[in-house]
Parts: sequence; C-alpha cells; structure tokens
Amino acid sequence: MRALLGLLIAAGLQLGAQSPILIQNATVLTVTKGTLHTGSVLIREGKIAEVGEKVMAPPGTKVVDANGLFLMPGIIDCHSHIAADSINESGVSVASMVGISDVLNPEAIAIYRALAGGVTTANILHGSADAIGGKCTVIKTRWGKSASELVFEGAKPGIKFALGENPKRRGAVTINAAPPRYPSTRMGVEDVIREAFTEAKAYQKEWNEYRAKAEKGENVLPPRPDLKLEPLVEVLEGKRLVHAHCYRSDEILMLLSVADEFGFKIRTLQHVLEGYKVAKEIAAHGAGASTFADWWAYKVEAFDAIPYNAAVMVRKGVLVSLNSDDAELMRHLNGEAAKMMKYGGLSEDEALSLITINPAKQLEIDNRVGSIEAGKDADLVLYDKHPLSNFAKVQKVFIDGNLYFDREKDLAERPALDAQKKGLIEKQKQDQPKRVGPGSRRPS
Amino acid sequence: MGKILGLAVLLSAAAVLAEVPSAMAVRNARVVTVAGSPLAHGTVVWRNGLIEAVGENIAIPPDAWVIEGEGLTVYPGLIDGMSTLGITDESALPLPPAPPPGSGRGSQQQPQQSQPVRGPEDRPMTTSWLKAADLVKSTDTRIAGARNAGFTTAVTFPMRGIFAGQGAVINLAGDRPGKMVVASPVGQFLTFITPNVGSFPGSLMGAFAYVRQIYLDVDHYRMAKQMYAKNPSGMARPDYDRALEGVMESERVLLPAQRVVDIDRMIRFAGELKLKPVLYGVPTGYAAADLLVKSGVPVLVSLKWPARPRDADPDRIDTLKTLRLFEDAPRTPKILAASHVKFGLYSDGITRRTDLWKAVKRAMEAGLSADEAVRAFTLSNAEIFGVADRLGSIEKGKIANLLITNGDLFEENTRVQWVIVDGRKFEPVPEPAPAGDREETR
Repeated sequence: MRALLGLLIAAGLQLGAQSPILIQNATVLTVTKGTLHTGSVLIREGKIAEVGEKVMAPPGTKVVDANGLFLMPGIIDCHSHIAADSINESGVSVASMVGISDVLNPEAIAIYRALAGGVTTANILHGSADAIGGKCTVIKTRWGKSASELVFEGAKPGIKFALGENPKRRGAVTINAAPPRYPSTRMGVEDVIREAFTEAKAYQKEWNEYRAKAEKGENVLPPRPDLKLEPLVEVLEGKRLVHAHCYRSDEILMLLSVADEFGFKIRTLQHVLEGYKVAKEIAAHGAGASTFADWWAYKVEAFDAIPYNAAVMVRKGVLVSLNSDDAELMRHLNGEAAKMMKYGGLSEDEALSLITINPAKQLEIDNRVGSIEAGKDADLVLYDKHPLSNFAKVQKVFIDGNLYFDREKDLAERPALDAQKKGLIEKQKQDQPKRVGPGSRRPS
Repeated sequence: MGKILGLAVLLSAAAVLAEVPSAMAVRNARVVTVAGSPLAHGTVVWRNGLIEAVGENIAIPPDAWVIEGEGLTVYPGLIDGMSTLGITDESALPLPPAPPPGSGRGSQQQPQQSQPVRGPEDRPMTTSWLKAADLVKSTDTRIAGARNAGFTTAVTFPMRGIFAGQGAVINLAGDRPGKMVVASPVGQFLTFITPNVGSFPGSLMGAFAYVRQIYLDVDHYRMAKQMYAKNPSGMARPDYDRALEGVMESERVLLPAQRVVDIDRMIRFAGELKLKPVLYGVPTGYAAADLLVKSGVPVLVSLKWPARPRDADPDRIDTLKTLRLFEDAPRTPKILAASHVKFGLYSDGITRRTDLWKAVKRAMEAGLSADEAVRAFTLSNAEIFGVADRLGSIEKGKIANLLITNGDLFEENTRVQWVIVDGRKFEPVPEPAPAGDREETR
C-alpha cells in the first residue's frame, strides 16, 4: 500500500515537472518559419505545443517573460569530441568495432560549457586517426543526467571515416615499440576502405546464406559475429550514416566514387575545406558538408581554404552546416554562423540554418529538432541580444522543455561553491601529516 | 650420502614443526561470530583445522590445548577481498603505474611489443587461462605480513592484462601451495588498460570493443564445440582457443569502476553481456548507492582512499569535484551498508597493519559501525566469492580461521595476539618500517 502511495506521489511529481511553460514576448527566430517580433512559445510535455504572436496559457502554466530577449532553436553541432573518455582507437586502420557510446562521460564539464553556449545537440565523433574510425553517438547536452540519458534517443547511428594526412600519418612513424601501420599514402587510405567493404560484403553474404539455410530448418553453425564488419554492413544497408573527415577536393571525389561503386552513401563530409571546388559533385552524391567558418592552415592539406566555402556550397545546393570540432569553439557557434553573412552574403535565416536545421537534417533528426515548430522537441535557447551578434549572451537553455542552463542561477551559485572549495582545501591542509621542515634537519 | 642425510634432517625438522595439537580451544573470550550476536564469554573449539564447537557453555575436549581468553576477542579471520598475495611471478602482477609525463624515463619503461596487434583476433593482453591457484607460492614473504594485519584468507588474482586470469581463495598458511587453496577458480580478473599505444586496443573504447568481441566469440565457440561434439562427421573442427577456454572457466568477472560514470557503465556492460560481475575499486560508491541497489551487483571497496598525492605540486589546486571525492570516499562503506548493497573490503596493496587499520578506521569515522566493518572484511567477502559455506564466520563445521586480539578490531591500541589459519596458530612477526617515514625526517 505504501509502495502504491509512493508510486502515486512519484507520478504526481513527474506530472508537476511537466507543467506547461510559456515563453512570451520574445523575438522568436524559428529559422524555418521566419521571425516573430513579439512571439510566444508554449512548451508542453517536453515538446513545442504552439508558436505564435498570441498564445493562450492553460491553467497551471509557468510563464517566462522574455521581453527584449531572443529565442532560437538549440544549436546542433555536427562534429564534436566532448563528453567521451576516449576519442581515437589508433591501433588499427579499421576501427569500426569501437564506439563512443561505450565511453560517454556525462561528468565532462565541456557538456555544461557547450550547453551554456546554446548547444543542445551534438554529434560525438570518433577521431580521425583511422581510414575507417569508430561509431559515433548523437547526444543532447542534458547536463547532470547519466550516460544513457545523454543519448539522443532514436537518432540514426553514425560512423567516422577519415582521409588524408591523419590516417596516413601512422604509416610513417613508430610510436613506442609499435611499428608503422598501413597505410602511409592517400592511395593506401582508399585501399583500406575498399578492402574493408569488400570484406563486409563477403560477411553480409555469409550471413544471408546462413539465414536462408536456417529458415529452411537446416542445422548449421551461424557465422562468427564480427564487431568490426557489422557496422560496415549497416552502412551498406543504409542503416548507419557515414561522416567522413576530408580536406582535399581530389580525395573528396575519390571517396564519393568509392561509395558509389560499393553502393553506399556518404552522409556528411566533415571539414571539407576544399568543398567549394567540387560542390556540384558533392550535391550530386547527396552528401552534406560540415565545415568551419574561417579556420584553416593548421596543416598542409588545410591550406587551400576560403571563408566563402560554406556560402559557395550553399549556393550550389549542398546541405551545409558549421561545426566546432573543439570544446571551446563549440561555445560560440552562433558567432561562426554570423561570419557567413559577411563572407558570402547569406541571409539571417540561412546563417542560423547552418547551426540548427541543416545539421539536424544531416543527422536525420530534423523531425525532432533544428527549428521552432509545433511538435518538435522543446530545445530552446534564450539570448539577451540577437544570437548573430558577438555580444549576445545565453540566458536560459531548455532541452525537452526542462531548464538545463540558467545564467542567473549559475552566477548566484558561484559564491557558495567557492566557499565550499575553500573549506575543503583548508580541511585538507589540516589533515595532511605534518612534515618536519628542512630547517630542522640534523647535521649528519 | 651427505645430501640424503641433510634431507632426512630437514624432513624430521619439518615433522617437529608440524606437530600441532589435533584440537585447540579458546575459552572465556568475547567471540564475535559474525553469524549471530557476539558471545560475551564464549568458547571456540577446533579440531583438524575445522571448528568443532562454539558457544558460551560448552565442554572443552580433554585432548585440546587451551588458550585462556580472558580479555581477548575472537573474530573470524579477515579475508582480503582482492589481492595478489601468494603470486610472485612478476608477469602476473599489475603493470607498474606509468611514470608522470616529462620524467624522461617513459620510453624505457613502456612494455615492448614485438608484434603489432591487428585486432581482437590476436587476443591482445589476454592470459585468461592463468589460474592463481597454479601460481601461488607459500614462500611469498608478504603472507606473514598479511597475517599480522589479521588476515587468514585472501582472494588472489593474476592482475596483468585485460583478461588477466582467474582468481582463487587461499588460506594464508600452508607448507605447499596445494594446501593453501580453498576455492578455484573464483572469477576472471578484467582491467581496461591500454598501455600499448599504437597497438590494438589503444583506447578505452577499444578495450570495451575487445572485451565485447571476446564474449561474442565465447558464445560462438561454445555453440561450435557443442555441435561438433554431437556429430563431428562432415563438420569443420572448431579451432582450440585457450583465451576463450579461460574465459569460459570462470563465470564471475571482476570489473574495475572508479567514478560513478564507470559504475554505471560497467553495470550496463555486464548486463548487455549477461555477465555475473563484481565491481572493484568503487571509491565513489557513496554517490552510486541507488545504481548499485537497483543492479544487485556486489562491490569490493578499495581501502586505498583517494587523496592528494604526497608529492603533489604545492601550487596545484584540486577541483571541487576532486576535493569532494577526497572528503567523501570513506563514506562509501557506510552508505553501501545502509543501502543493503553487498560489499566487501580489500587492502589494495596496503601492507602494514597500522596503515590498513587506519584506513578502516576512516570508514568507521564516516559512520561504519564496528560490526559492519568486521562483516565487510569477513562474511561479506566470503559471500561475494561463494565460499560462505566454509569461511567468513565462526560457526561449527567451518574452516578454523580465527583472529584473536586484545581489544576491538581496527582500534589503534589493539594488538593481534594470534591468527589461526586452518587450525594452526601464528604469532605476529615484527612490522617493517613504514615506507613513508624516511621522507618525513628528510
């Protein structure tokens, strides 16, 4: 009986937590449906229930007055390496057996910092050490939740590929006692990908044959499950998105033709600094491009870059997003988007699309996030100024309708945390065993 | 001829040493049985290494040698829940910690790797077939030191590698290794270390992928072997794989978990692979009691409480999270006890009695009762490793492993008078000087 009562109370609390929220009088940047200058958004059960100039608040609604503030959809970062305890499995050239989901670390402070920069969704990618890297995980920056609760539920799984300098680097050097690893050239990178998919096709065939036999009731031993090849079979079957790290146009064309030959799709080209040279071909393949605004020249293959890259690709019909690839840059992606108005003359909505609806489409989660529309997840960011201004500061961030970041609360809590820290340091000093100082050393 | 004579002398000397009474008793002592409430004036009788009787008013057999127990307390012998005691073969001991970056000695200390590992099929860092029971030596000098601290039993494991090998419950006395082993194998010891950067696995997620592949391979191997055993005719013979054989031998697996993240991760991982896990380390258990209760996974709590290193940079300022960990870690045993999580304690390489007891005392200062502390070091460890039917409490029929002190266990002024292992009485030996003392006088 008591247990039942407990359940009822818990259920009541849950309902309480989901009481509707109305954010009113904000400038609402919906990204896909224009801008409302004095708009309101009603959040109900974690979803956007209504968007408009006048929205009625049902009884029991919590009202957030956002007069003078700007509301935009949560930022989506298509390329991030935060929130994981390891990033690169560099021991092998095909590392598809590993996956970020095994090592998600919800305690990583970078999550909170990204959240405070307005990011609500991020694609956590494996590193670029391997021609075929590990599996990726899309997360929401639900700070304070456990690893499995970070995961963007229902998002299609992804995998990292990498071309060029990074995957071939280990072909030339010895790390500790480990001898150099194949490949050491760009040709070798292509070969590794071809070989892996040839293997994957054979594996797929083996399983299909086994299933056919098993269906007929034959008592046969199933093939050995291979964690390296299974994700590649998923790529072949269109069940896993490929995010390929690349720079040079020749390599981009190489990868697209290898993919065409083996019958799979490249979902996004990452970095893709020479994308402007082959934008037509990228668009023809149907690949998206996720690039930087103006970050280049950090290695030879990243020299032939222009700040117009994103805009040129947009104009040629490529689905383009801007990403961070970096925990610091991740905190001001809105500023990166703004640069694309200067370089290439994108409109406000086009610029905002680069960090909201476009990456959502690239990750195939645009039915859930990426714009302020009724029915989508209530992942929303309130800024004090227009987010395309460098002076804009994030005030509040909602994910699934829950308030995950509140600037005022953060600032208010700091003195107490500082005091707690000082107290613990003081206590630690007192607990430390007393050492005899050097002055008291006896002459020997 | 001389050699044979010498051997004869040795043999007779051993015979003299081994001349122990078949029955012994301690009477009129406080007896903390752990199985039930303590006896204020209890008697414990043991014969041929087994407890024959325990109670307040029991007759002592006429042939028993008697210890007058006035002023003494009898506990079940302590069980070190996880150790390498008895294992002296360096290749089975944990890798030394990596030198701090910039020390300049790193490159020489890295393990040498002759062959690059191309993937899980090369079975990197796996010695799953190693058995502590085969490795233990009665000559390990650490054994006498452990008895000083009150241990009569240890669960001991090979610890090097990802699948390091299988553990055994051993009693800390015996002329021959075979006499020491109480139960074997009692679990496969796993770590997720990746010291060989540049080889597979070279990352934590690589280690996870490797362990997952091994368990998939075990399932497949088992299936193939069964099919082949049923009807080998016309079927390709499955390759013999000692790595998988070793994994199959021990159902229980020991998984490392430091942070709450790790505890959560390991519980989910074990659930996915349908393993029977025991988590070890767990200094953050104080913040993960709910997770542990829900999973029902038992844990072994290290007594090496996290602390700022003695030689830390004086200018280093720890984060609030780290400071809280230092402060809260010793609360773990109390919180686990209060939440009814099955947990035991282990020494984690603390060898001196004073250091070890001090570490237990910190947990007691954080709320752990004396009874809970004793239980965590005796019956709980026996239960976790499935030997509670023979060890862990003072009950008739159990192995005569006892700890006799002149006061309450883990208190600073209490001394170990004797430990009884398999019915044999041992006196404490002089303690080695503390390792840290020299620094303090420098």
